[in-house]
Amino acid sequence: MAKSNIGAIDWLSIIFFTFLLFFGWVNIYSTTFSPEVSSFFDLNQYSGKQAMWIGLSFVAIILIVATDTRFFERFSSIIYLASLLLLLGLFPFGKTISGATSWYAIGTFTIQPSEFAKIGTALALAKFISDIQTDLKSIKSLGYVSLIIIIPALLILAQPDAGSAMVFAAFLFPLHREGLTGYILFLLFAVATLFILTLLFGVHWIVLSLFVLGIVIYYFLRKQRGIVLFLLAGFAAMAAYCYSVDFVFHNVFKQHHRDRFNIVLGKTKDIRGIGYNTNQSEIAIGNGRWFGKGWTKGSQTQGNFVPEQHTDYIFSAAGEEWGFIGSLLFITAFLGLCLRVLFLAERQKSQFSRVYGYGVSSILFFHFLINIGMVIGLFPTVGIPLPFLSYGGSSLWAFTILLFIFLKMDADRNRR
Amino acid sequence: MRKYLLHIIIILVGLIYLGRLFHLQIYDTSYTNLSRNNAVKTVYEYPQRGNIFDRNGKLLVSNQPSYDVMVIPRELKPFDTLEFCSLLGIPKEKLKKQLQKARRYSTRLQYVVVPQLSKEEYAFLQEKMHKYEGFYIQKRSLRNYKTKSSANVLGYIAEVNDRILRKDDYYQSGDLIGMQGVEKQYEKELRGSKGVRYYQKDRFNREIGPYLDGKLDTLAIKGKDIQLSIDIDLQEYGQKLMQNKRGGIVAIEPKTGELLTLITAPSYAPELLVGRKRSSNFTKMHYDSITKPMYDRGLLAEYPPGSPFKTLTGLIALQEGVIQPKQRFSCTHGYYYGTRGRKMGCHSHSSPLNLAFATANSCNSYFAQSYRKIIEKEASPQEGIDNWRRHLKSFGLGGFLGYDLPAGRPGKIPASKYYDAIYPSKRWQGITTLSNAIGQGEVLCTPIQLANMTAAIANRGYFYTPHVVKKIDNDYNKNPKYTERKYTTIDSLNFEPIIDGMHKVFTHGTAHFLQVPGITICGKTGTSENFTKIEGKRTQLTDHSIFIAFAPRENPKIALAVFVENGYWGARYAGRIASLMIEKYLRGSITVTHLEDWVLNHSLEEEYEKPLSGIPFKINQ
Repeated sequence: MAKSNIGAIDWLSIIFFTFLLFFGWVNIYSTTFSPEVSSFFDLNQYSGKQAMWIGLSFVAIILIVATDTRFFERFSSIIYLASLLLLLGLFPFGKTISGATSWYAIGTFTIQPSEFAKIGTALALAKFISDIQTDLKSIKSLGYVSLIIIIPALLILAQPDAGSAMVFAAFLFPLHREGLTGYILFLLFAVATLFILTLLFGVHWIVLSLFVLGIVIYYFLRKQRGIVLFLLAGFAAMAAYCYSVDFVFHNVFKQHHRDRFNIVLGKTKDIRGIGYNTNQSEIAIGNGRWFGKGWTKGSQTQGNFVPEQHTDYIFSAAGEEWGFIGSLLFITAFLGLCLRVLFLAERQKSQFSRVYGYGVSSILFFHFLINIGMVIGLFPTVGIPLPFLSYGGSSLWAFTILLFIFLKMDADRNRR
Repeated sequence: MRKYLLHIIIILVGLIYLGRLFHLQIYDTSYTNLSRNNAVKTVYEYPQRGNIFDRNGKLLVSNQPSYDVMVIPRELKPFDTLEFCSLLGIPKEKLKKQLQKARRYSTRLQYVVVPQLSKEEYAFLQEKMHKYEGFYIQKRSLRNYKTKSSANVLGYIAEVNDRILRKDDYYQSGDLIGMQGVEKQYEKELRGSKGVRYYQKDRFNREIGPYLDGKLDTLAIKGKDIQLSIDIDLQEYGQKLMQNKRGGIVAIEPKTGELLTLITAPSYAPELLVGRKRSSNFTKMHYDSITKPMYDRGLLAEYPPGSPFKTLTGLIALQEGVIQPKQRFSCTHGYYYGTRGRKMGCHSHSSPLNLAFATANSCNSYFAQSYRKIIEKEASPQEGIDNWRRHLKSFGLGGFLGYDLPAGRPGKIPASKYYDAIYPSKRWQGITTLSNAIGQGEVLCTPIQLANMTAAIANRGYFYTPHVVKKIDNDYNKNPKYTERKYTTIDSLNFEPIIDGMHKVFTHGTAHFLQVPGITICGKTGTSENFTKIEGKRTQLTDHSIFIAFAPRENPKIALAVFVENGYWGARYAGRIASLMIEKYLRGSITVTHLEDWVLNHSLEEEYEKPLSGIPFKINQ
């Protein structure tokens, strides 16, 4: 086993990471603050527990730094399989909390394997892509890659935990980086856009518009051979898709799913009922103004108006108590970390490290995209945590391990 | 491109989110208010309103606790409705309706079921309250009146209306505010300053502690006590004398300008505007357009002043040097003037008369001639009138006096412009306006203006702006407005002949039967013609009875004006009342009981019925 070299770890990433942990804890403390409790580290308080998780995550960091980098590459398949087994094990042994069987309960503590499955999947994906025989242009390789990503995603979706499953879409970015054709990304983008437009304007209008669009394209490209057939096929596929979206939305989705979409699309405004979370969160953030209300001084936060504020809605507390300036600082730090990891990934000599690094950055960014989007009312309510900030041991550990495996790889990049 | 796609997306998302945050936090300011309404509860603490005392320290207005029965609907448990209703003294339907309204308002918040129980009702209810869960009693503070008079001076308090709410952000809906009289004028002093506490609420609307550690909270400051210059015994006595009559009495202490009494009749007991009956009583009185109990005649009624005005005509004539005190004018049952033999009538008395006797006998001819000389002294009647008006203005006539009560009228002293407007050819002359000489014509005064003018005569040439507040929290009213002498344009020497005449009113003249043994009163009777419109026709009514007086002659302690509507002639009602008021104030008891009996036993109600009866009637009977 090679000697660990702490000095070679990327200190800029560590600074971002430490800042985010600290900022997260400070806000958790404030959301559960009550003037009667004077101690900062009361283990009955969320802030006290989170402090413990943070302490334990440093133990994990030391372990990772002490481990030989090659361990992760060599055992990636096993780690992946182990995380799949943990996900499968939930079905007989899992604990159900608010409708989703996503937790193992050990005493009073619970652990959420779907958080750790991201690490396994990232490692397995990096391993597979870096294999000399893999060619992302071949159907066969694409098939395997899809399976690696989709199996854990489906297991998580079955819990059911749609939010966490959705995060696996983040792996499209490393795939694209490694040579996946851009058409697939474009196709997915088109699919998502059509989905939203169909919900917004109604399926009939969209299909009609597509038809008109097809005729316009035909007018300009009518000299091309086979254009009629191509357009007809495209139109038929898209129309079928739109109708199936409509069908799924109205017949497969449950009412609370539909409500969430309708709120974000602005089709319903129900601030007392389903829109309560989003509305209260927006009020809290809006109350912050430039410099915020000050720590433990936010009236929305202290009045507990935002449900789940210490977990998924933690950013609303930050927005209220630290204002626009605080939010700006946080966003800079978080996206700075994402970009820094991307930069580090690009300088890796081994493809394995590079793909993994890309995976890490993509997962962090995807969480940011969905979580903050939800809290500021740009995305539907999807329950996923904000990495490093949200309260919760599982997610904190999982993201810390995810990140530090990569930082360790980066530190060791010249050794091999 | 492959290398940078994710970079670009990350930076783009960062910018979009920052844009959204900028919109939420900086651009759209409505969120802050939303949060405040959402999360901060404001609780006001109401201080005790200041007490009001009379000039001798008698308590007139204090506070009394009142009790509202409140309900929080979600805390209600089944209860014996019938028993509860009988305790509250309301029908069952009413209770049901109130509870329905409370539920519609909020199931979690308090709502008033029955407002303002009296102490007795409360004592009765209190023992059994524990049986009715969800109901509780909230204490409030109401006014408690120790007098049945002086409603016009004291004013009343009521809930603020929307107009005040929009204008003054001190007040919240449901707050009480002074609406008339001293309560209105000295609202800021009396109300004190309410305290405010902010509480942090949680999402269930429960208080969970002070907001910002109570940094913004303030304590309530008690309202200041006010001592009036009113003598409540005199005030109540005057009110009694004015029963069954309409009009006003205004008495001033000439040395200070303090109002000793301010009486309007008919009036009402101030306690009528307190408590549960307030609203129905108010409506009844507010819409009583015949007797107008809420109309302060002492301050608001503009009457032709009649003969008391002659004292001013005499003073101005002396000051202008157009008459001499010894100079006599003849009177042939009137004064003939102009080219077409027009005549101003007069009653029978000996002739010719000098100034003092003319005053005592109220000779129209004498003062008509004096007036004519005043006006004709100047080059044109315009200048003459304006000079005459200048003198009168210095007595506080024809404009607001500036006393410390919110109601008032300017009265009227016509200027040359006024006549120029009536006679566009401007070919009017002094004699055109001759009626002004004797306080008829275009001249109008309020009783308080007349009283103030009397005080100026009593002081031989100056007055203090009348005021009703003597002390605020034991500090004398130091407002320079009320402590500075206002000098008239008449030299003090010129007052003696007039005062002599006013004394002779009692010894030789129109008020000889009104003398009070041992007190030298100076006064002047007045009988003023007045008109109304009945079915669009100008109709003359019985004359107003007017009297001004001050006493004693040297070192006067009281100056007053009495108006009795349709009392026929000056000495008849107003004169008697004036003498009684003066004796009551200076001596504390009444020796001229024959006057008192006469006043108490005579009513003018029949007189007031006449114009409303719809049948032809005779006046001045």
